[in-house]
Amino acid sequence: MTHPTPAPARVHLDNGGRAPWHPLARQAFLQALDDGWADPRRLHAEGRRAARLLDGAREAMAAVLGARTDEVHLTPSHTASLHAGVAAVAAGRRRAGSGVVVTAVERAAVLHAAGVAAGEAGAVVVPVDRLGRADGAAMAEAVAAPGVALAALQHANGEVGTLQPVEEVHAAARAAGVPLLVDAGASLGHVAVPATWDVLAADPADWGGPAGVGVLAVRQRVRAVPTGPEDPDPWAPGGVSVPLAFAAAVALEAAEADRVAEDARRRALVDRVRTAVAAVPDVEVVGDAEGRLPHVVTFSFLYVDGEALVTELDRAGFAVGSGSACTASTLEPSHVLAAMGVLTHGNVRVALDRTTTADDVERFLAVVPGAVARVRELLGVQGL
Amino acid sequence: MTDDVAGHLVDARGLRCPLPVIRLAARAKELPAGTLVSVVSTDPAAKHDVPAWARMRGHELVATEDLGEEPAAWRLTVRLH
Repeated sequence: MTHPTPAPARVHLDNGGRAPWHPLARQAFLQALDDGWADPRRLHAEGRRAARLLDGAREAMAAVLGARTDEVHLTPSHTASLHAGVAAVAAGRRRAGSGVVVTAVERAAVLHAAGVAAGEAGAVVVPVDRLGRADGAAMAEAVAAPGVALAALQHANGEVGTLQPVEEVHAAARAAGVPLLVDAGASLGHVAVPATWDVLAADPADWGGPAGVGVLAVRQRVRAVPTGPEDPDPWAPGGVSVPLAFAAAVALEAAEADRVAEDARRRALVDRVRTAVAAVPDVEVVGDAEGRLPHVVTFSFLYVDGEALVTELDRAGFAVGSGSACTASTLEPSHVLAAMGVLTHGNVRVALDRTTTADDVERFLAVVPGAVARVRELLGVQGL
Repeated sequence: MTDDVAGHLVDARGLRCPLPVIRLAARAKELPAGTLVSVVSTDPAAKHDVPAWARMRGHELVATEDLGEEPAAWRLTVRLH
């Protein structure tokens, strides 16, 4: 009697901004459903129990961030954190001016919020180099100009992995009296986040916690005025879900507990991917090979339709991301790849999870050359 | 639009990435070094991908023009190496 061969397990390599839950986060979530279902603003025993879980979550996050617990706010999502952070600091600094300085590779939520805050003048956009790194000197000069309300700089770029000169820019912003918002949405839980920030946003869904909750830390010295209608919790009108917040904090503590080991392990796997992919003809592996996130690697294949390649890899059992316009509903390619001046078509973005194994990576690398060749063959680009 | 070097213009209007670059590369292959060749594209990705292709192939990007048309179109010109 023959047994059918089981289908090989799928390999999920699109873990940036949405990773599988850490097992401890799942446990914490279930516990908090029992203990933290009540409204934490009520005065009875059930409410107070939920409030304790919520306070504990903020305290745990504050400890990781090197912040005070009352400086850590919870929001409905990472996007909401960025929107509210930019708007509130701009409102608090209205007397200084309405200028906003950003880099060309900030997350779309930052760029959009900066555009709203800066009004007709528009935000000042600092360029990046071929590796995706912001020009620290240009940003320092931009923040020192008169009328700047705030500056925003990501700690690391989640699309290409490149780390940004946060310390250098924070020193310049501080000298100019301009608060710096640091988007740590792609880095917290993966690399150590420096204390050089005035406002910091981070994303639980990126570190193995749940989506549906965001983190926004605002140093006590920063004047931030939430811009929405009055609410007891202006950073999350109506309050956040206690079980989600608790699970997010437990996931962060778990990620921090073995962050150094996970950094080394995944950094080696990314090095392996960078080397193997570079052997495919006509490919650009983009982003900094050294100063980068440990788990993110991005590459673009010349003469390849990104959508066709993502579909081909998906069919073979591998989920990857892409910044190619050919994969999006819009015509615009990734603004990050465009700002770097690298190829935007045929793009593949890989973000390794803590559960990704060396075997997963080897299996992926074994199918990439064939998948690329098949997609190129359909377009008839041999010899170009 | 004027095209004084007949045959060295690739009209890739309406084509989406990566086709404008592929059409340009196919034409470039037939032309000798030093030739100027232009591509006109309505695909915003081509604005970024033609310069990247030129860099990868050792060609020189000499001009990028917004043609001011509706729908938006760009003309990129490279000197082949």
